[in-house]
Amino acid sequence: MADTILTVEDLTVDIPIGAGTLHAVRGISFDLKRGETLCIVGESGSGKSLTSLAVMGLLGKRIKRDAAKLEFDGKDLAAIGPNEMRALRGDRMAMIFQEPMTSLNPAYTIGDQLCEALHLHRKVSKAGAEKHAVELLGKVGITAAESRLKQYPHQLSGGLRQRVMIAMALMCEPELIIADEPTTALDVTIQAQILRLLADLKREMNLALILVTHDLGVVARIADKVAVMYAGEIVEAGTAAQIFDNPAHPYTRGLMRCIPVPGKTKPGEPLGSIPGIVPSLVGGIEGCAFRERCELATAACRKTVPERTAKGGHRYRCVHDIASAKVA
Amino acid sequence: MLAFTLKRLGLAVLVTLTVSVISFSLLHLSGNPAAALAGENATPADLEAITRQYGFDRPLPVQYADWLWNALHGDFGQSYYFKLPVSSLIADRLSVTMTLGVCAICFALFTAVPLGVAAAVRPNSIIDRTALFLSVAGQAMPSFWFGLVLIVLFSIKMRLLPPSGSASWQHFIMPTIVLGYYAMPAIMRLTRAGMMEVLNADYIRTAHAKGAGAGRVLFKHALRNAIVPVVSLAAVQMGFMLGGSIVVEAIFALHGAGYLAWESISRHDLPTVQALILIFSCFYIVFTFLSDLANAWLDPRIRVG
Repeated sequence: MADTILTVEDLTVDIPIGAGTLHAVRGISFDLKRGETLCIVGESGSGKSLTSLAVMGLLGKRIKRDAAKLEFDGKDLAAIGPNEMRALRGDRMAMIFQEPMTSLNPAYTIGDQLCEALHLHRKVSKAGAEKHAVELLGKVGITAAESRLKQYPHQLSGGLRQRVMIAMALMCEPELIIADEPTTALDVTIQAQILRLLADLKREMNLALILVTHDLGVVARIADKVAVMYAGEIVEAGTAAQIFDNPAHPYTRGLMRCIPVPGKTKPGEPLGSIPGIVPSLVGGIEGCAFRERCELATAACRKTVPERTAKGGHRYRCVHDIASAKVA
Repeated sequence: MLAFTLKRLGLAVLVTLTVSVISFSLLHLSGNPAAALAGENATPADLEAITRQYGFDRPLPVQYADWLWNALHGDFGQSYYFKLPVSSLIADRLSVTMTLGVCAICFALFTAVPLGVAAAVRPNSIIDRTALFLSVAGQAMPSFWFGLVLIVLFSIKMRLLPPSGSASWQHFIMPTIVLGYYAMPAIMRLTRAGMMEVLNADYIRTAHAKGAGAGRVLFKHALRNAIVPVVSLAAVQMGFMLGGSIVVEAIFALHGAGYLAWESISRHDLPTVQALILIFSCFYIVFTFLSDLANAWLDPRIRVG
């Protein structure tokens, strides 16, 4: 069993629109080992959700995916047909979505929807599937699991529905789970519970987990590795410690200034913000996509941006050699 | 589900009673029924006799109660024109109308729903455009004209189908197409719109993420949610087809209940008209009731509060 479960190299996602092509994901690379959590961080429109959909093969028909390498457990996802991809989806790789309120089908019971994932991939009896569903509902912290099976989504709260979504993703005991902002639509106390649940399950089942989020607080709590995305590129990637202790890219540093730190940020002190907006991704972008908003921007930023590697495999894309020169 | 059914049933009974009051009084308000019955050359003595014979001199509520009681027992009185019991008269005609209505709605549903689904799956494709053309044409063509075109084409030119009558199943083919085609556009457009919306829903993405195949996603996950408004529409159209297929029945000389209604109105055949109004209304009420039940079965949000 290979240790690395997912390898992504030079992944691009292009969306044809009226005027031209929107390059939503522009050549990103990362890999993930079993039992590891990768957090993909970035603001809206940075391409993080499309990256996860691209890995799952869930992009719409019109959207074009391309990659130098896209391997799941040694299997080339770019080469396999739609049927083989479908056999993987929900079985060995599963996804949890942002909107628990609308991600469950209103017409079917929780039990039907949980068992469906199992029936699609395994030969199990109805009773066997239901038994497994009850076990998993218990595992994700749902009480009275047996009676929940007969309930419909509209009878459950948002937090419960997200737990059901997680249980559903776990039905076939996948090796990789991609969670796309699983806590964004939930209130703060429920967020914490769901994150703890994901972290526990990951440890218990040796899952590889990709967590897509824009919430750095979430990242700090759960991540082994972090990839910061900006305008369709990974601008900085490294271990959680590297990113939080020594953020190199000016964008990452800007993000860090936006979050209050308990004990350091004084009451009433204004939090940081990053001025400006994300550039249009229609057509090509010359040079650094962040330069319009960057305080370190120079004329050199219009040229091709080198990818730099600091110690310990900490990577970032910037014209300035920030990590070694200690520019601040 | 039982509570829901009983509630709907109670409502249906109330609506039926209201309709019976209206249909009873409308005809009594439209002039002296005895005069209509006696004809233009009747003497006052004749009128008097008829009034007494038919009980028109009694108070209206008594006449209503009497009429309703008999109606509930299947007795709608004697037809003034045919001199036959109205119930047997209608029963004869109803089988033709029911056959036509059921065939037409099935034809409409089995062509319009798949077309609507196909159009929604590939918007702006050839299928979508063809479906749009068909529905615009269906709305624009009056059914009498379409019926005549079919007769010219299939009966006179090709000699494939009988042009009129109701003796065999072949007689029902063209009327079914004409009547069904009238209902198709709305069903198709509603299916298309519903499917377009549902296919963009998050739970469809969830179904794909589980590894469900395209057909399963389309028919198990999407169609069940998109079809709910279509069921309500089809019920109303079914009611319309049973009561309002007069034009089609007249073109193809199918002597159905719609045709009978038209005959009876022009002949001032009061008991027949009353009975037909009540029966046609009951059709609407029954189909609406059935569609409510079907929708509650399809969508748990309707049945489980």
